[in-house]
Amino acid sequence: MDAIIDNLDLYLQGFGTTLLLLVVSGLAALVIGTLVAAMRISPVPSLRWFATVYTEFVRNTPLTLVLFFCIFVLPLLDVRLDFVTRAIIGLSVYTSPFVAEALRSGVNGVPVGQAEAARSVGFGFRQTVGLIVLPQAFRMTIPPLINVFIALTKNTSVAGGFFVVELFAVGRTVANARGDQVIPVLLGVAAFYLLITVPLGLLAARLERRWVVQR
Amino acid sequence: MTNVLFDAPGPVARRNSLIASIAGGIAILGGLAWVFFTLNAPRGELPGYFDPSRWDIFADPTVWRYIFVAGVWGTLRAALTAAVFAVALGIVFSLLRSAQTAWIRIPTAIVLEFVRGMPVLLMMLFILLVLNTGSFWAVVAALTLYNGALIGEALRAGLASLPRGQREAGLSLGMRPMQSKMLIEFPQAFRQMLPIIIAQLVVLLKDTSLGYIVGYVELLRVNMNQLASFYGNYYLFSFFIVTLVLYLAMNLALSWFARWVAKRTARRTGQKPPNPDEENEELLKGVAKANAEARQMGQGSV
Repeated sequence: MDAIIDNLDLYLQGFGTTLLLLVVSGLAALVIGTLVAAMRISPVPSLRWFATVYTEFVRNTPLTLVLFFCIFVLPLLDVRLDFVTRAIIGLSVYTSPFVAEALRSGVNGVPVGQAEAARSVGFGFRQTVGLIVLPQAFRMTIPPLINVFIALTKNTSVAGGFFVVELFAVGRTVANARGDQVIPVLLGVAAFYLLITVPLGLLAARLERRWVVQR
Repeated sequence: MTNVLFDAPGPVARRNSLIASIAGGIAILGGLAWVFFTLNAPRGELPGYFDPSRWDIFADPTVWRYIFVAGVWGTLRAALTAAVFAVALGIVFSLLRSAQTAWIRIPTAIVLEFVRGMPVLLMMLFILLVLNTGSFWAVVAALTLYNGALIGEALRAGLASLPRGQREAGLSLGMRPMQSKMLIEFPQAFRQMLPIIIAQLVVLLKDTSLGYIVGYVELLRVNMNQLASFYGNYYLFSFFIVTLVLYLAMNLALSWFARWVAKRTARRTGQKPPNPDEENEELLKGVAKANAEARQMGQGSV
C-alpha cells in the first residue's frame, strides 16, 4: 500500500494525462465523427461512399497499429509533434467511426412513422427535423455515445505503451520499481480507471432505462 | 428514411445533388492523390515510399513465410485460444449473472462491472507480472476475461429478451428451473446473440495486437519490430502497409461473417436480430430490458 502513497503524485500526474487524452481526443472524435455521420446520411453519393469506406477501414484496424503509425511512421513523413499530441491524433481518429455509428444509428432509429406523422400534420423539413426527429434521435444517441467514451477511457491505456506517461505507463514504471508490491500498485491504477468508467457506465444505463420505457 | 423528411427531389434538387456528388468525389480523389504524391515524393537522398527498391524484399518468399508462420499464426493462435475460452466463460458468466439466488447474482455483477471497466492492457500486465505466466497466456487470459464478461452480458441480454412464456412452458412441463434454462432458453438466447458474439470476437482479434506492448510475438511485433529492425528503417513504411493490409483482411472477413450470420438468423427466425455493427447499443437495450423485466418480476406475477 505504501508504494501507492509514496508515488501518489506520480499517479495523479498519470491520471491527469489520462483525463487530458480522454477529453481532447473525445472532443476531436466527436467533431470528426459528426462530420463522418453527416456524410454517411447525406444525399450526396460520393460522400456517403467515402464515409462508409472510412468507417469500415478504421473500425477494423487495431488501435495499437493506429498508434504505432502516429508514433513511429509519422516522423518518417516529417511530422514533428510531441508524443501526447500524436497519441491524441491516433485516439481521435480511431474513435471517430464509433462516434459516427452511434450518431447514425440514433437518427436511423427514429421510426419512419414519426417523420410521416409530422409531415402529414403539415410540418416542413425544418420543423420535422427540429421538433420531431432530432429530439428523439438525441435521446437514443447519448447512451451509446457514453459507451464509446467509456471505451475511449480504456483505450487511452494503449498510449501508455507508446511513450505517453499516463496511468498505465505510471503503473508499469512503479510496478517495475516496487517488485514486492505489484498487486496493490496495479490495483491502484485499476481504481483510477474505474473512477471514470463505472460512473459513466451507471449514467449510460440510467439514461437508457429512463428513455427506453418512454417509447 | 431521409426522403420522408422532405418532398421528393425535383429536377433542380437532383441536379444539385449530382453536382455536389461530383464535386465531393473530385475533392476526395484530390485528397487521395495528394497523399499518394506526398508519399511518393523523394525523401532527401532517398526515393519515395512507393519506389520499387523499398518493396523488393517482399519478392523473397522467406519474408512472407516468416510473416505468416510467426506473425499471422501468433496472432491467430492467441485469438483462437482466447475466443474458445471467452465464449465458455461468457456462458458461465451469463448463467451466474441471471441466477435466482442473490448471493450468486450480485457478486457476479460486481466482478463483471470491475472487469468491464478496466483496460485489457492493464489486465495483461497484471497477469504477466503477478501470475508470471509468460506473455502468451497473459494475452490469452486477459482477452478471455474481458471478452468473456462482454459475451456474458450479451447472452444475459439474450436470455432476458426471450418471451417469458418460454420459461413458463418449460416449467409447466415439469422441468426444473436449471433444465428449462439450459434446454429451452439458452439455445435460443445463444442463437439470437450469435452476431453480437462474433462482433465481439472481432474486437478480441484486434486486441491481440496489444500483445505487442507486453512482449508477445504476434503480427505487429514480427513485422514492425523484428523484420523492420532486421531490414532497417528504409523498409519501415512498407512493412507498415503490409501489416495494415493483413489486419484489415482478417478483421473485415470476420466482420462480414458476423453480418452474414445476422442476416441468416433474421431469415431463419423471422425476428430482427441484433445488429453486429452496433454492439454497444444492442447490449444496452438488452440490459435495460432485462432490468425492466426484473423489476416487473419483483412486483410478482410469476
